[in-house]
Amino acid sequence: MSILHTVNKSTYERDTLEACVRLAAKGGSVLLIEDGVYSAMSGGNKSSVIENASDLSFYVLGPDIKARGLSEDRLIDGVKVVDYKGFVELTVSNDSVSAWL
Amino acid sequence: MSDAKKFMYINRKAPYGTIYAWESLEVVLIGAAFDQEVSLAFVDDGVYQLMKGQDTTEVGIKNFSPTYAALGDYDVNKIYIEKESLEARGLTLDDLQHLVWEDEDEDWAEKDSIRVVTSAELAEIFEQQDITLSF
Repeated sequence: MSILHTVNKSTYERDTLEACVRLAAKGGSVLLIEDGVYSAMSGGNKSSVIENASDLSFYVLGPDIKARGLSEDRLIDGVKVVDYKGFVELTVSNDSVSAWL
Repeated sequence: MSDAKKFMYINRKAPYGTIYAWESLEVVLIGAAFDQEVSLAFVDDGVYQLMKGQDTTEVGIKNFSPTYAALGDYDVNKIYIEKESLEARGLTLDDLQHLVWEDEDEDWAEKDSIRVVTSAELAEIFEQQDITLSF
């Protein structure tokens, strides 16, 4: 059983990502979308939420980071950028999707 | 102008995820047309509203970030950014748009609109306002 978790809230405003990371099983995938992409930036005081969750795979939606003026080279190490096609691929390659709001 | 009031708009939300940022900007521009003394503060995720290089073509949402550059033309030139909010997000002033205004009293000299202030300084600025609107 593998789950794709999506998170669409900034970790600086809500504790959604922290809840997701706490409750996601080892080996799970987390895709950050919409305001969730801010959480994937390095150098912030909440960057550790992702940095410390080394048993999860993290992805960000490229169009959402571009919309917000964020640059790919400032993402936390190991976070992968996917496009809409990649979002679909993640969806079908996991058994289910859990959307954290 | 004696009846001009001091308006402070506090912006605390990231753009695009919710409508608050765009609504605030619209209200600010409407308010500015009435010759009030307008200030803006960007705190918490609100600092993301001013990020440089926003490109929304792939998400199908209007990119309203260029509109902030027009604020100077509406005499909205007191734009406060909370230092603590920037630092918490690993950002510096260089990550934000460079907003300017032209000073009529000094031969239209171009001046910076953005001032980075501490929480304590911002608290004092808030105390001086007549009306505070929060977005």
